[in-house]
Amino acid sequence: MGLKPSDFRVPDVFADWCPGCGDFGIMNGLQMAFAELGLEPHQIVVVSGIGCSGKEAHNVKAYGVHTLHGRTLPFATGIKVANPQLEVLAIGGDGDGLGIGAGHFVNTGRRNLDMTYIIHNNGVYGLTKGQASPTLQRDVQTKSLPKPNINEPVNPIGLAVISGYTFAARSYAFDVRHLKEMVKQGIQHKGLAFIECLQPCPTYNNLTTKDWYAGEDRKDASGKPQSRLYKLEETGFDPNVRDWSEDFQKKMAALDKAREWGDKIPIGVFYKNELEPTFQERIASRIPFYMERPPAKQKLCDESGMSKVDLAEFMEDLKTS
Amino acid sequence: MDTAANIFGKACGYGGLYVFGRREYHSNIKGLHSYFHLRISPKEILANVNDVDLLAAFDAETAVRHINEVVPEGGVIIDSMQVNTKVLDIPTLPPEFKDELVKFMKENNVGETLNDWLNYAKQKNVHVFPVPYMELLNQIGEQLGIEKISKITRMINVLTIGVSFALFKYDRDLAEKAIRATFAEKGKIAEMNVTALNHAYDYAEENFDGFKHRLEKTEVNEERIFLTGNQAVAMGKVLGGCRVQTYYPITPAADESEYLEAHQIMKTGGDDEAIVVIQTEDEIAAINSAVGAALAGARAATSTSGPGFSLMVEGLSWAGHSEVPVVITYYQRGAPATGLPTRNGQADLRFAMHAGHGEFPRIILASGDIEECFYDAAKVFNLAEKYQMPVIHLLDKAMANCSQTYPVFDYGKFKIERGEILTEKELEGKEYRRFRFTETGVSPRAVLGTKNGVHWYTGDEHNEMGHISEEPLNRRLMVEKRMKKLDLVEKEMPVEDKLKFYGDRDSENIVVSWGSPKGAIIESLDMLKQEGFSLGFMQLRLLHPLPAGDVKKALEGKKRIIDVEDNYTGQLGGVIKEKTGIAPNFHILKYTGRPMTTTEVHAAIKAILTGKAPERQVLMFGS
Repeated sequence: MGLKPSDFRVPDVFADWCPGCGDFGIMNGLQMAFAELGLEPHQIVVVSGIGCSGKEAHNVKAYGVHTLHGRTLPFATGIKVANPQLEVLAIGGDGDGLGIGAGHFVNTGRRNLDMTYIIHNNGVYGLTKGQASPTLQRDVQTKSLPKPNINEPVNPIGLAVISGYTFAARSYAFDVRHLKEMVKQGIQHKGLAFIECLQPCPTYNNLTTKDWYAGEDRKDASGKPQSRLYKLEETGFDPNVRDWSEDFQKKMAALDKAREWGDKIPIGVFYKNELEPTFQERIASRIPFYMERPPAKQKLCDESGMSKVDLAEFMEDLKTS
Repeated sequence: MDTAANIFGKACGYGGLYVFGRREYHSNIKGLHSYFHLRISPKEILANVNDVDLLAAFDAETAVRHINEVVPEGGVIIDSMQVNTKVLDIPTLPPEFKDELVKFMKENNVGETLNDWLNYAKQKNVHVFPVPYMELLNQIGEQLGIEKISKITRMINVLTIGVSFALFKYDRDLAEKAIRATFAEKGKIAEMNVTALNHAYDYAEENFDGFKHRLEKTEVNEERIFLTGNQAVAMGKVLGGCRVQTYYPITPAADESEYLEAHQIMKTGGDDEAIVVIQTEDEIAAINSAVGAALAGARAATSTSGPGFSLMVEGLSWAGHSEVPVVITYYQRGAPATGLPTRNGQADLRFAMHAGHGEFPRIILASGDIEECFYDAAKVFNLAEKYQMPVIHLLDKAMANCSQTYPVFDYGKFKIERGEILTEKELEGKEYRRFRFTETGVSPRAVLGTKNGVHWYTGDEHNEMGHISEEPLNRRLMVEKRMKKLDLVEKEMPVEDKLKFYGDRDSENIVVSWGSPKGAIIESLDMLKQEGFSLGFMQLRLLHPLPAGDVKKALEGKKRIIDVEDNYTGQLGGVIKEKTGIAPNFHILKYTGRPMTTTEVHAAIKAILTGKAPERQVLMFGS
C-alpha cells in the first residue's frame, strides 16, 4: 500500500503562513506529488531557504533542512553529491534564489545535478514586510513600497534555461493539480529541474493577487473572469529536446515564451533536455563505483574502527629513497 | 623554480640528507621575485636559518635581494650576461625598496651595477660564479638537435642545479635520478634535462674552484618522504575518511584540493573508496555544500584561507547551531583584506575563535609542523563527529608551502571514531528526536536518508525534533546543550592534542607559541641549551576550547613567559591572559609575512634571557 498525501503532513507543526498564502497550495502539491510517486518520507530531503517559503521544509514529513538565506542550492548540492540515492528538493523564495542566492542559481545550473529546485515567486519579501523582490516589475508599487520599484525584474525561467537547467517549468500555487504535476515531472526528470511557482502574497502584494491571476478585472461578455494563466501543453508547445540539433531552437522558444507577462502568462514545461549528462554521471565517469558507494555510503574503517586506507600510492610519489 | 627546488630537494633526499624548503612568491603568475630557500643536513631540520651558503640567482634582482645573506666563503651563482645590469634600473623593484637600496649603496660605497655588488660581496670573501647560461643552452641545443633555443630556456633551472651540485661536489647520479623521477611521465624531457644537468656540471667542474662547502651523501636505513603541508593535509584527510571536499580557489589552500582530486580513488584492501572534490562558485557555497554532505553522512571538509573563511562565517554559525560535523581547513596568510596573499601570518586566531554571530561550540586545533598537519587532518574528523560540531584545523602559509623530509608516516594505527550514528534498525519503532537533551549535550545522530529517522534542521532555534521554537525554556536548554559539549571536549581530549612540551619544563623561562614558529623555537631551544641556558617551550594545539587548567599550571610561577607569534597583537598571549589570568611578559612577533627563522628566534630569546631585550621584539628577516 502506497502512502497518501496526508501521510506527508506534520501534525506537530502549525503552518504559520497568512490565510490565503500560496505556500499552502505548494505544500499540498508537494505532499500529493510525493504520494503519487510512491516515495517514502525518509527517501526525500526538502532543503529550504529563508523567507515564508523556508517553512515548507517543516510542513512536509520528509527529511527537512531549513537553511540560510540564499543558500538552499549549495546545501542541496552537498547532500545530493554525498548520497545521490536521496530525492533532493530545494525550495526557496524569489529573493532567496534570485537575489541573495543568484550566484548559486546560475552555477548550480552548470552542474545539472539530478534534483529539483522550486522557487516561490510572489514578487515581494514577505517576512521583512513587503520590500520588492528581484522578480517585481519595474515601476510598480506594491502597498508597502515607499516608492515604485526602480529595478528591472529577473526572468526566472529565462535565467534557468541559459544557466544550464535541463528542465524549466512554471506553475501556480492555487492550481494544485497542475503544480503537483510539475513537481512530479521535475522529480522524474533526469537532471536539474527548475520550477517557478507563481503565488500571490495576500498581505504585501496587492497587485498580482489571486483575483488578478484569475482575471477578475477582465470579465468577458457573459461576466466570466478571463484567467491570465494559460497552459503551454494546451497550445501544442513542445519543450522536449530529443536531439542536440534541436537544442538551440528549443531554448530560444522557451526564452520567447518566458517573455510573456501581463495578460497572458504561460504555465507548464518550457524546456526539457535529458541528453545532458548529470553531475552524478560526470562523477561516475571518474569514479566508476560512485553510484553504488557514494561518499555517504563508504565504510572508512573495519569493524574495530581501524582505517583501511592504503596511502602507499601517495607515499610513493613523495619518497626520496 | 619550484620544479628546480624539488629536483634539488629530491636529489639530496636520495643521498640520505634531510631537507627543509621554504617557498616565497608574489601574488602574480610570473615577473616578480620568487625564491626557494633550501636547508640541507644529515640531521633533521625543522626550520630555516638566515645564512646562505650558496645563492643561485636566475636574475639580477635575486642577487641584489639576497647577497647580504651569503656567508663568508659562501658562493653566488649568477648569469654572466646580467653582471652589467644597473641595479636601480631593474624594472621589478618597487620604489620603497629602491630607497632602501640607495641608502645601502651609499653607506657601503657600492656602485650602480650588479658587478659592483658582486665585487662588494667578494670583499667579504664570497665566491662569485658567473655562468654563461645562453652559451650553455646553445651548446646543449646543438647537442640535442634543437634549433629554437627559446624552447629550452626553461632548462636554465636544471643548469643551475648542475652548477650547484658541482660546486658542492655532490654525486651527480642522484641529481639524474631526481630528474628522471620528476619527469617520469615525460621520458624525452627527462633525457633533455639530464643532458643539460651534466653539461652544466662539467662546465662548473672545469671552470670553478675555491668553494669549500660540501654536500655528502650518507647511508640511511629508513624510507623517507619529502612533502609540503598542503600534501600532508590532503593525505591526512584521505586517511581520516574525508569523502567530500569542497573549495573555491584561494592561496595557499587550493593546492591541497587539487592534490586530493588528482589522487581521488584510493585502495583499502577491500572495496576502493573515493573522495569527491567539488570546486564551488564561492566560499559560501563551499562551506554550505560541505555542511550538506556532512548531514547526509559523509565526512566532509572545505579548505580555505582568511578571505574565504570570512565568507563562510554565516555557514559556520549554522553548522555550530545545527551540530554539524564539518571540518574547515584554514590556512592563515598575510591579512587583513587581500593582505599578503602568498605570505605567512598568524593573525586570524581571534577570528577563528569568534567568527559567527551568536554563541556556539567549535573546536580549533592548530598544527605546528608538517607531520602534525598530517595526523591532525585525520583526527579532526573524529572530533567533528564525536562532538557534532564544526572543527577548524588552523594552519598557516608557512606550513602549507614549506617542504620537509620525514620518515614515511606510520599511519597504520589510525582509528576512525564516528561518534554515535543510529541505524535504521536501532531507530525502528521509536520516536526519534535529533536534538534530544542528553547529559553530555551530544544527541545520537541519524544521517539524512536513514529509514525511521526522519527529522528536521533549521537555522532558527529548534526544539528536540528540529522544528522552529522560540519558547524561552527550550531556548535555554538548547543553548546549554550545545555549549556544554565543549566541557566534554576538554575533558576527553588526549593531552598531546591539547599541548606539547619541549625542553626544560621546570625552567623559570618558558616560551609559548602555536603553529609554524614551532620549528624555529625547538631549534633555538637546542642551541640555547648548549649555550647553557635553561628554557622550556609549550606548544598550544587545542586553541579552542583552550585547556586553561593545563596552561595555567604550566605558566604559574614562571619568571619569563615569552610569547612567540606571527602577528602584531600577540593573540595567543592575549587569549592565555583572558583564560588563565597569567600574561606573557615578553613578546617576539613578526608580521612581515615571512616565516620566523631559527637564527632570529634564537637571537631574540637569547636577548631576553640575558636581560638585553625589550618586552616586545619585532622580527624582520626575509625578503
